[in-house]
Amino acid sequence: MKPNKYMNPYLAGFLLGLVLLGTIYVTGRGLGASGAVKSVVLKAVVEVAPQHSANTPFIKSYNEEHPGGPLKDWLVFEVIGVVIGAFFSGVISNRVGIKLERGPNITNRTRIIAAIIGGSLFGLGSQLGRGCTSGAALSGMAVMSFGGIITMIAIFGSGYAFAYFFRKLWLK
Amino acid sequence: MAPLVPYILSNEFNLIVALIAGIGFGFVLEQAGFSSTKKLVGLFYGYDFTVLKVFFTAGVTAMIGVLLFGQIGILDLSLIYINPTFLWSALAGGAIMGLGFIIGGFCPGTSVCAASIGKLDGLAFVFGSGLGVLAFVEGYPLFEKNYLAEAWGPVLINEKLGMSKVVFGFLLTTIAFIAFVLTRLIEKRVNNDQSKLPKNKVIMYSSAIGFAFLLLILIAVLPNSGRRLEARIDTALIRKDLTSSEVPADKLATEIVNNYYRINIIDVRSPDAFKAYHLPFAINIPVEKMSDRQWSKILNQKHKVNYFYADNQKLAKRGYLKAGFLGKAENYILIESSSDFKKLFSELTPPGSNASKKELNTYNFRLKAATDMKTLVDALKNSTEPVIAKTTKIKGGC
Repeated sequence: MKPNKYMNPYLAGFLLGLVLLGTIYVTGRGLGASGAVKSVVLKAVVEVAPQHSANTPFIKSYNEEHPGGPLKDWLVFEVIGVVIGAFFSGVISNRVGIKLERGPNITNRTRIIAAIIGGSLFGLGSQLGRGCTSGAALSGMAVMSFGGIITMIAIFGSGYAFAYFFRKLWLK
Repeated sequence: MAPLVPYILSNEFNLIVALIAGIGFGFVLEQAGFSSTKKLVGLFYGYDFTVLKVFFTAGVTAMIGVLLFGQIGILDLSLIYINPTFLWSALAGGAIMGLGFIIGGFCPGTSVCAASIGKLDGLAFVFGSGLGVLAFVEGYPLFEKNYLAEAWGPVLINEKLGMSKVVFGFLLTTIAFIAFVLTRLIEKRVNNDQSKLPKNKVIMYSSAIGFAFLLLILIAVLPNSGRRLEARIDTALIRKDLTSSEVPADKLATEIVNNYYRINIIDVRSPDAFKAYHLPFAINIPVEKMSDRQWSKILNQKHKVNYFYADNQKLAKRGYLKAGFLGKAENYILIESSSDFKKLFSELTPPGSNASKKELNTYNFRLKAATDMKTLVDALKNSTEPVIAKTTKIKGGC
């Protein structure tokens, strides 16, 4: 079956805005994503190297803020929801399946390596910037946070600044 | 009044809310096409601006909603989380994220969506972001200085730009609208697209943007719940037949010494004035902060009596009236100002030799009350446990 067309972007944006608004109304906080990655990573570090994490001040202070363990975190539950919601959306629009998307001039191997490198940079940057496109930029815009909005400008500004140098990854 | 967590909904239930919010978030992101890396990256090469359209529309929608809810008084804007600003790390982090975006083709939320429907590149990106976080955690000492530098706290962009929230709302909505028009022109050029927007879409888009501006105008002209309350207080203040329960300083001092655990003494002046001098056991609730939710418990409780005071009678009365409108507690107002109270009890001067018996009695009463209050304050300062109430009764005086 052919995948269905994507939703009208403005309608999708409006719905996303309502999800965000509802979240702020109920919980007083916005959406996020990178924080969940952090929780999982910290959980893994604590499990694999308990001795080492006990000596790492950053992990120690994080554990003190999360008495129920790093996984009992709002964003972890939210991202589990994202997986469910995205999968459900994929199912009803015939988009589920093992696939790899890449630019026309690169191999699958290059694409995977680029995705890992890009992910690492994004992961590192999101910690430094205290949130990613969702937590800092989008949620920050909704509540008019100065920090969130300058992070957003920095993300997209830097994306445009570097786009030329990585065009071979994406364009013909 | 929202936010519902943690007062109306428990923190445990909050995790269920997180799951539900996440389902909505993931569903919409995937429907919008954010699980496709080509669609995302199109933003940077001009062939597909879906990201900008979705992102800006969502941001503007939520922002207008937050403003509206705040204005009509169903959401307490002073309680919602504002991302704090750490200037350098926000800029550096953002720049690194932008680089990661153009190399990896995703951001964390979209990569999770992509991985959820089986995209291997999305999964690789998620794995990579784990590595990046690990690098930050392990290398934290290296980043710490930059990470914590220029901490400005939860500042708002409209404050930085010197405008009101609603003006910024207009500005952002206008920018979004211009961006939508411009990006459509760019998209058409890059993709060699000659098509025109169908008429029904033109109508739909213009009514949507019109509705957004209409809401903003409404927010701008609607008196907010705070202003309505102030208006009620103003009307009450000019009424001549206004009666308020007033107590003199000596009576309050007696209450403090004997029943300090049954009363709240509320200083409605500014925090600075409070810091300089305040009555024993007083708590500071500046009159403009009185409607903050943290104080609603005090203004609504039934077990203690609230006493209000300020530097001048007008301010004290304002606080007293506001407390009456906001809550149900039993309220009183101190007749004397805080400086009078200080003079009466802290800067006591012995009466002259030809003082009357009454004056002498008053002096003795105040001296004893002042000592007792000091003892009580000291005793309670040194222990976190409630001190057993002293049963000594003050004799004489009033």
